[in-house]
Amino acid sequence: MQNKTIAQLAAELRLRHYSSVELTQHYLERIQRLDPQLNSFITVAAESALAAAAQADRALKRGDAGPLTGIPIAHKDIFCTAGVKTTCGSKMLHNFIAPYDATVVEKLAAAGAVMLGKTNMDEFAMGSSNETSFYGAVANPWDRSRVPGGSSGGSAAAVAARLCPVATGTDTGGSIRQPAALCGITGIKPTYGRCSRWGMIAFASSLDQAGVLARSAADAAFILDEMAGFDERDSTSAEVPVPDYVDALDDDLHGLRIGLPQEYFAAGLDPRIATVIQDAIKEYERLGATVHDISLPNTPLAVPVYYVVAPAECSSNLARFDGVRYGHRCDNPLDLQDLYTRSRAEGFGAEVQRRILIGTYVLSAGYYDAYYLKAQQLRQLIADDFKRAFTQVDVIMGPTSPTTAFPLGAKHNDPVAMYLNDIYTIATNLAGLPGMSIPVAPVDGLPVGLQMIGNYFEEARLLNIAHRLQQVTHWHQAAPAGFE
Amino acid sequence: MSLARSDIDKIAHLARLGLAPAQADRLAADLSNILTLVAAMDAVDTSGVTPMAHPLHMAQRLRPDQPTEPEQRALFQALAPLTASGLYLVPKVID
Repeated sequence: MQNKTIAQLAAELRLRHYSSVELTQHYLERIQRLDPQLNSFITVAAESALAAAAQADRALKRGDAGPLTGIPIAHKDIFCTAGVKTTCGSKMLHNFIAPYDATVVEKLAAAGAVMLGKTNMDEFAMGSSNETSFYGAVANPWDRSRVPGGSSGGSAAAVAARLCPVATGTDTGGSIRQPAALCGITGIKPTYGRCSRWGMIAFASSLDQAGVLARSAADAAFILDEMAGFDERDSTSAEVPVPDYVDALDDDLHGLRIGLPQEYFAAGLDPRIATVIQDAIKEYERLGATVHDISLPNTPLAVPVYYVVAPAECSSNLARFDGVRYGHRCDNPLDLQDLYTRSRAEGFGAEVQRRILIGTYVLSAGYYDAYYLKAQQLRQLIADDFKRAFTQVDVIMGPTSPTTAFPLGAKHNDPVAMYLNDIYTIATNLAGLPGMSIPVAPVDGLPVGLQMIGNYFEEARLLNIAHRLQQVTHWHQAAPAGFE
Repeated sequence: MSLARSDIDKIAHLARLGLAPAQADRLAADLSNILTLVAAMDAVDTSGVTPMAHPLHMAQRLRPDQPTEPEQRALFQALAPLTASGLYLVPKVID
């Protein structure tokens, strides 16, 4: 049951081979039995899931089912869900029950999806290992002594362990693609503005984008078809028509031009990862693609620029957590200043505090030009690199992450080492481009992700390119031992 | 780039974050390391480059100046740690 595709589940629910309640119970039972080994869920919403499943069964019986009616899904705990706790991985929001649904949650529910619960994540999406969560680290189902990646680590581990067919995530600097790579699943971060940010708790507003973690590109296409689109409630939502992602999956790849940036294969990349990435690219040549060497010369600047832009936006966004309107409030504040400073010190974890302080510093009087303005200028140069590349090639490919999943605790106390883990994913967010990660051959039994970067709003092409490889290879079907 | 303990105290005040003394020393070291990473930006000449504020260079959409949301004070205040008579309560700020 748990290895079926979204298309199979949708078809078999319609044929009444099983009900949505039975399917939902199957996943709830797996979560209850297997998640204690992983900690991938912060909240399991069994009661509301079974109620939604019963409602889906009634719609199926009436014959007015939507595209996802009765299919279970998990949401990253950064999406507001009316009536179900939304913590964002933080003590600050340990008691927060949003008064409304995020647009993404609302659209998927309208399409008939059944929410199983909310997945674990790095606190406020700040981390690359899921170790900054107030609700504990998440274990990688392929090796439970290792991290699942982050910040959408709970979503990635849950999908890889077959605790849900598919999950939502968000990606500010690699937070969908890197955990997808480390957990051996398929993840897509659409173009900035493609999915609504309304009701998605803000970290860095010019970078944040919602996306999907799934077991295949085809599954991701079914979900993105329902998630994407303009939302007038999000002032940065893109008013660009959404094509049918499922329709485009089978398009031919003959003549596809793949660009390999030399900077993504330079020192720092595990040579065994380089080998399996190159092997996957050879599969694309067999499918009719041609391979071209390209250069993205400003790549080494992406991490430094990101660690100015993202903390600056974070320090502004997180100013709203003040202990007054919602969230954690300290006991017995002496005065207003004490209420703010102590509520925030108690509510935020170490990494969030570091980023608020860096952001406050780079925006403070006398430093703005040297840091923030400089970073915005370099961000333009990074985007220009991609613009040039896309005059020569249709898609850019390389590794998603320089290493396979690292041991829990290995980088937790060294912020800079942790930041450098996102060296290949961050530039995509700075430019606002869509990116994907799909599993290729493992290294030492641990998953490896092939990253694909497309031009603006070319999610359909990325999903098509990923799907064609998944039709002729089996890497995406591998399941971790104990979770098959 | 290296930050002193006094710099950390100043930034923490601006960010309204109360730090324990031991924590401030550790943060001075962490933040200095991050700023060293960031200093790589200085190697590139960016004179004349227009700063990029938004990936899609979109103009801000406008809408008619009319209310679009219903009044939901009671619903929103149900989330608040302390309210009375429809107001959010904080410690006294005026003597």
